[in-house]
Amino acid sequence: MANKVKEDLGFTLEMTALDSDSVTQRAATQPDSFDIADIEYWICKKVWPTGNLQAMDTSKIANYDKIVGIFRNGKLTPESVIAQGTAPHTVGFVDGPGGTSFASEETGWMTLIPTIYNADTLGIRPDLIGRPIESWTELLNPEFKGKASILDISSIGIMDMAMVCEAMGEIQYGDKGNMTKEEIDKTIGIFTEAKRNGQFRAFWKTFDESVNLMASGEVVIQSMWSPAITAVKSRGIPCVYQPLKEGYRSWGGGIGLSSSLSGMELDAAYEYINWYLSGWVGGYLMRQGYYSAVPETSKDFMSENEWGYWFEGKEATDIITSPTGDTLAQAGETRDGGSFYDRMGAVACWNAVMDENQYMVRKWNEFIAA
Amino acid sequence: MGWLQAAPLALILLAFLIAPIVMIVIVSFWGATEFSIFPAFQFDNYEFLFSSPVTYRVFGATLKYAFITWALTLAIGFTTAYFLAFHVRSLTMQIALFLVCTIPFWTSNIIRMISWIPFLGRNGIANQTLISWGVIDEPLEWLLYSDFSVILAFVHLYTLFMVVPIFNTMMRIDKSLLEAARDNGASGFQTLVHVIIPLTKPGIMIGTIFVFTLVMGDFITVRFMSGSQRANVGRLISNDIGLMQYPSAAATAVVLLCTVLIVIAILLRFVNIRKEL
Repeated sequence: MANKVKEDLGFTLEMTALDSDSVTQRAATQPDSFDIADIEYWICKKVWPTGNLQAMDTSKIANYDKIVGIFRNGKLTPESVIAQGTAPHTVGFVDGPGGTSFASEETGWMTLIPTIYNADTLGIRPDLIGRPIESWTELLNPEFKGKASILDISSIGIMDMAMVCEAMGEIQYGDKGNMTKEEIDKTIGIFTEAKRNGQFRAFWKTFDESVNLMASGEVVIQSMWSPAITAVKSRGIPCVYQPLKEGYRSWGGGIGLSSSLSGMELDAAYEYINWYLSGWVGGYLMRQGYYSAVPETSKDFMSENEWGYWFEGKEATDIITSPTGDTLAQAGETRDGGSFYDRMGAVACWNAVMDENQYMVRKWNEFIAA
Repeated sequence: MGWLQAAPLALILLAFLIAPIVMIVIVSFWGATEFSIFPAFQFDNYEFLFSSPVTYRVFGATLKYAFITWALTLAIGFTTAYFLAFHVRSLTMQIALFLVCTIPFWTSNIIRMISWIPFLGRNGIANQTLISWGVIDEPLEWLLYSDFSVILAFVHLYTLFMVVPIFNTMMRIDKSLLEAARDNGASGFQTLVHVIIPLTKPGIMIGTIFVFTLVMGDFITVRFMSGSQRANVGRLISNDIGLMQYPSAAATAVVLLCTVLIVIAILLRFVNIRKEL
């Protein structure tokens, strides 16, 4: 991607890849160490109050009007119900350039410019399970004892746990994205018991770990990210991103600007953002299974077959390949979960940061140590 | 002039050892919010640490890893050093074999550790071999992501730290002492117990300190080899750091440091390693 930026915009982009925890840490503690940060919305909620990011003037964003509703008023379609958790639009705007608290509607000053998002669910190995999987409860099904896994990133892991506990009928949450202490205790309690009983083979923290666990057959059902499924499939191993009846756990990321940017650097940052939304990156991301914030600009950078498969949920008319050339699907196959509107319309919860975050983190630490 | 000669080292130690530790101790009394830490003098971090059963369990697990790893590396390290020092006669051969021992260290720690994972996995080489030999019918689940795999990796990674100091002290044992023992009618075993082991004690002690401190301070081996299913103190600290709970990480680090120092102080009561340096 850095090469493409150089080619199209003429400046050099130095990228550092970090996991959620590290990027939060950098954004919150070292504002001078980055110019732009690609972070998730729930991280934004955490980092914004530190004052290390600056709001962006939407009038300078060429494709602002084409950005999907989820990031503007929260509604994918006018009839959509807004899911629980830190929905992107709730932390997407502030009142003005120096605003420190989030605004409830579109103000023209955006905290993050949405770049990428997706709906997450459980990944399974259909060949090793051999029966249909329909619910989040299957993660704790004793049938998969020693063959299940969840991710060891507290803020996201707790959501997957909540999806499971709610599906089991064990807990009714007020808001899965903002649990009370009792809800946290109960959720972690259920999973600690499962862990002690040997339900989990391993927990994973990085993308590669999740791919290896699945590909090697150590694990047959686990929380997973879409490109990890793609990576497993590209090794010729069957792997399904299983849509579940309770819905998806969704996340979104966006670009934030460091408060230290000004003048020419700031202009360059806007230029970069406009380029980011102009389609090439979106097309690249969509062909990996993510969604772009401005899908219609990406359409020009995808073939009709690719657009149909990835976005519209249609049967592939020809072989679908990843941006790096691996075959992901044959003609006639459809995407797990269907079209953009089927998938993003079935979001049950957004990745979130809770008011009781610190308590949750301690409990999570205990769970890992249990 | 003496103080001038000591000054460079003293300054380096002050800047890079003493000052950071003092900083850690100070921060351990600070408070933290989700994304920031603030100076304070409060005992919250310690209070939480000492009141949580998890702390005790994790310190227990860490000490258990340290003890088992120590016992195994000592047995393997001592045997290897003994073989090199007393069994191999020519100096060239000793040096050659000693270098062979260090070959695994030409690659990084992490690579040596991770290479165990495909080997021990459910469908890994170890299980497949055992199944094809008919030894087992079902893959052994405990080979990977268990205490077994954690300790295996520790032993693999740290045995050399035992071999080197023991070999070093053994090489300094005056060979005439062994001859004298033999002339006085001692059996091979008696020579080992009454002559070699007492004279090798300082080397054993240095190796012990190496292995003990390395295992107590580790976090990455436990994370990878247990698939995050087990915890040690290092992981508690690294989790806290990851979640930006620096004060609580600092408090755990201080407690860990004290534990290690106490154990080393006890160890040093047994042997005077200064004699050896």
